[in-house]
Amino acid sequence: MLELAAIAKQFDDRAGVSHRALDGVSLSVGEHEIVALVGTSGCGKSTLLRIVAGLEAPSRGRVAIRGRPVTGPSPEVGMVFQEPRLMPWLSVRENVRLALLDLPRDEQERRIDAVLAQVGLSRFADALPRQLSGGMAQRAAIARALVRRPSVLLLDEPFSALDSFTRMKLQDHLLDLWAGARFTLIFVTHDVEEAVILADRVVVMRHPGRVQRELPVALPRPRRRSGAEVQALKEEIVRELDLT
Amino acid sequence: MSESTTIVRRRRFVGAFGSVPRALRAGRGLLLPLALLVLWRLLSGEIVPAHLLPSPGAVLEELVELARRGELLGHLGASAGRVALGFALGVLAATLLGALAGASRLARELLDPTVQALKAVPSLAWVPLFILWFGIFETSKVLLIAVGVFFPVYLNLMTGILSVDRKLVEVGRINRLSRLAIIRRILVPATLPSYLVGLRAGLALGWMFVIAAELMGASEGLGFLMVDGQMTGRPAIIIGALVLFAVAGKLSDALLERLSRRLLRWQDSFGAAEAGHA
Ligand SMILES: Nc1ncnc2c1ncn2[C@@H]1O[C@H](COP(=O)(O)OP(=O)(O)O)[C@@H](O)[C@H]1O
Ligand SMILES: [Mg+2]
Repeated sequence: MLELAAIAKQFDDRAGVSHRALDGVSLSVGEHEIVALVGTSGCGKSTLLRIVAGLEAPSRGRVAIRGRPVTGPSPEVGMVFQEPRLMPWLSVRENVRLALLDLPRDEQERRIDAVLAQVGLSRFADALPRQLSGGMAQRAAIARALVRRPSVLLLDEPFSALDSFTRMKLQDHLLDLWAGARFTLIFVTHDVEEAVILADRVVVMRHPGRVQRELPVALPRPRRRSGAEVQALKEEIVRELDLT
Repeated sequence: MSESTTIVRRRRFVGAFGSVPRALRAGRGLLLPLALLVLWRLLSGEIVPAHLLPSPGAVLEELVELARRGELLGHLGASAGRVALGFALGVLAATLLGALAGASRLARELLDPTVQALKAVPSLAWVPLFILWFGIFETSKVLLIAVGVFFPVYLNLMTGILSVDRKLVEVGRINRLSRLAIIRRILVPATLPSYLVGLRAGLALGWMFVIAAELMGASEGLGFLMVDGQMTGRPAIIIGALVLFAVAGKLSDALLERLSRRLLRWQDSFGAAEAGHA
């Protein structure tokens, strides 16, 4: 459903020198698939997500979702960043509303109520971001990205700032949301276990901006973190990462 | 999801003082002025001769006498009116130009060097020119005040806009907000704290400049009162006008402070936590 064809991206620094962030990435993601992107920092993972989200235009190559080229941000694609990026002056409810401004008011209310219930934040609809814990703030950000019912959800290291207990709970929670709404999910992570527990496929990237290897994770869900297959896959991914 | 069942109330550093009654806490700000008053009373007439430092009682008498003749309100009103008008003009100009310079790089490159250069001109240096252009009456006074107000407001607004978190603006982009919606819903609220700081600094300068304006010649106002007291050898009047300046400046600043606190209730800063207890 998502096609990336030979995506390249160059950034010019102040001196006018070009730096290659992506160098010919091709990737095909199926309907309802979960793909994890891993790779050393600076290898272009965020840039790739931002291109899929329409926040950045590729220097070369094509991106299409269900056959339609991506030309900019669209309701088809939701994105969650590493930071929750909530407006500190808006309540959780009003933060979520930012994704719905073009819809009629009663439709906005209906959708906000529904999505906050889904992420377990109904009681905090009127709370300000400063009153939320890190995990709750990130769930509010996920609510804002999901409330448009996108067909693709992009997460850029969404849980990396959370403690491991909260992180595991949010991983399970994300799978529940995915099972309920069945969007296609692409996420970036530094946490190899997170990649193996969640993804149908782990894409290992390497500097500068290439795909090193794709590893399918053909394990039934729910997956046991301590299971032998999970451990074996983790080790294999770590080996690939060492090569990058 | 046990984590979601308790709202996280950040422990506030100043929470330890939370039990002190409100009235007492408000009273703390009066301790220093009261101590100064006592010191003043002790010095006056004893160590410092009364024609240099009249006693608090003498000052109060002069003020009461002025009030009884109905002149006090007139002088206060004249100064406050000038400050209000100059403040309004200065804020208006600073908001327009500051927003322009903050939002557009071209405008900034065209405007900012000139504004910074003008800012370096000592404010009193405008006085002769303003008198030449606008005469010695209200126009030149109000404009002088407006000039004083302009710079801090302009500067704070522009730097406020420039320091808005790009990541928040990106949230607007990914949700396909129009340019106008991004300005209204993200840039304006994000810039507000810095803008309000500018307004308060501008108001303080407005009160400073009203004296300068009134010293250059006026027939009423607190500045006039001071000159008058000096000419007629009544030090109590000079000091009385000084006290009135302090009170008027403090009161108008308190109004702005209340406004900022209301508008910035969402902030999770040390200052906001303190204000929450005051
Ligand atoms: N807006 C930008 N301007 C200039 N260089 C950028 C920009 N965004 C990313 N880069 C560069 O592109 C490379 C890849 O960055 P990124 O996609 O953020 O990596 P990752 O997310 O894998 O850590 C890095 O070298 C980074 O410095
Ligand atoms: Mg990144």
